[in-house]
Amino acid sequence: MEKDKFSVRDLDLFYGSNHALKKINLQVPERSVTALIGPSGCGKSSFLRCLNRMNDFIPGCSVTGRVELDGSDIYDAGTDLIHLRRRVGMVFQRPNPFPMSIFDNVAYGPRLHGDRDRNTLRDIVEESLRVSALWNEVRDILHSPALALSGGQQQRLCIARAVAVQPEVLLMDEPTSALDPMATARIEELVRELRTRYTVVIVTHNMQQAARISDTTDFFLSGEMVESGPTQQMFTSPRDKRTEDYITGRFG
Amino acid sequence: MRTSLKEDRIPRIAVMTIASMGVAIMLFILYSLVRDSIPILAHVTLSDLLFGTHWYPTYDPPEFGMLPLIAGSVSVTLMASVISLPVSLALAVFLSEICPATLREILKPVIEILGFFPSVVLGFIGMVIIAPWMVMNFNIMTGLNLLNASILMGVMIIPIVTSLAEDSLNSVPKDIRDASFALGATRLETITRSVIPAALPGLMTASLLGVMRAIGETMVVLMAAGGAAMIPRSIMDPVRPLTSAIAAEMGETPFRSDHYFALFFAGLLLLFMTLALNMTALWIESRAKRLRS
Repeated sequence: MEKDKFSVRDLDLFYGSNHALKKINLQVPERSVTALIGPSGCGKSSFLRCLNRMNDFIPGCSVTGRVELDGSDIYDAGTDLIHLRRRVGMVFQRPNPFPMSIFDNVAYGPRLHGDRDRNTLRDIVEESLRVSALWNEVRDILHSPALALSGGQQQRLCIARAVAVQPEVLLMDEPTSALDPMATARIEELVRELRTRYTVVIVTHNMQQAARISDTTDFFLSGEMVESGPTQQMFTSPRDKRTEDYITGRFG
Repeated sequence: MRTSLKEDRIPRIAVMTIASMGVAIMLFILYSLVRDSIPILAHVTLSDLLFGTHWYPTYDPPEFGMLPLIAGSVSVTLMASVISLPVSLALAVFLSEICPATLREILKPVIEILGFFPSVVLGFIGMVIIAPWMVMNFNIMTGLNLLNASILMGVMIIPIVTSLAEDSLNSVPKDIRDASFALGATRLETITRSVIPAALPGLMTASLLGVMRAIGETMVVLMAAGGAAMIPRSIMDPVRPLTSAIAAEMGETPFRSDHYFALFFAGLLLLFMTLALNMTALWIESRAKRLRS
């Protein structure tokens, strides 16, 4: 019944001589939330950045193996990076709005991809802000600076900005780690809603968060993917001893 | 608590004394500048001084129309800005965003060293290399003119503006570039649409500081601008900016003569010009800050 959006095969990632990801094999089901969990430095963020090739900018970083998006390898020589990143959006750990107005932040992506018409842009901005549940708070201050918003609002703005180019996948790299509990709750609620339209892959430090919002969970440890499965099962009856130790709080 | 306060007091008083001495000296300079420029207004009206077109301070009767000098300062500054600002900003973008790290390690110090060049040496280059070259190629009487001085002044400004502009581009957080790339922007789009707008206040301040430097610069214009107190009609005309008039004439003028007071007035004008630019720079900065918080 479910189709796999991403299919990763034998992925290895090196930073210089540091073998950061080892033979990763996993599937990301379409229109669902996949959580990547594991202790700091386990490679989950590096893995996430492989999915839209943001690691390309890091000097000395090399990737081998296949990452298939809808069946075609995004590490093929012929891959159009611009098109890839349009299909696979990203939300970062710290809210990073551009130092411009709320409107211009959301319109940044559409403008890049050629939308110039004011009315079209206005519709896209409104729609995206509605998706990220920010519209009611900012509808009257669209032309105020984005940096005047609170941290939680800024992060929802970043989600709206990512959504505005109509991606198929949203990658989220610990999107709530810089936010307070109230703002975190709003983002979590939002992620649950986003799943009906997008494939969401979220890296999180917080195991309760993974349990609350994800359908599938992948557990990373020291650059390896230890266990992958439905979230329910992972948190109630983990197969691997190391997973059990981690989720019961024995380390990490 | 009390003892620590007591121990803090001596260094605090020492620092405050030194700082207030600095301020006092600045205020005294300002005071003497104003004091010695006021008397000229008793003999010449303000509008004759500012808009008069004849600067013949040693004739009898003397004429103190400063418009040619003001025009000289403004035209050299403008020309120098036109020549140097695009180059500096392009160079800054290249250094901070495009060039490989190894090349940057070499280029940046080289540009900064260019900024330590004594202006007299640049003046030499203007007189000995640029001026004869202009005479040979453009069929003009003298190569010491507006264009020559502007080129030299441009060369002087480039290192300052480049270095400051590069700093402000560099201080744009990596987060912002990542956000742009993740939305599918190319490198060029990221530079033009997010990095430069984010650094814009800093780039403008850098440019203004360069322009301020140009207005106050004396040696280069004294040596290479030609020194004719006339309103230039072409870029090949010689000019006499306020600074070079003061430097050339102050030594020859009798103490507390009208000419002497007029030159002080010229100094006051220069001060106002740089002050106005400085205020503009501060205003841009404060506006940018408000936009950010």
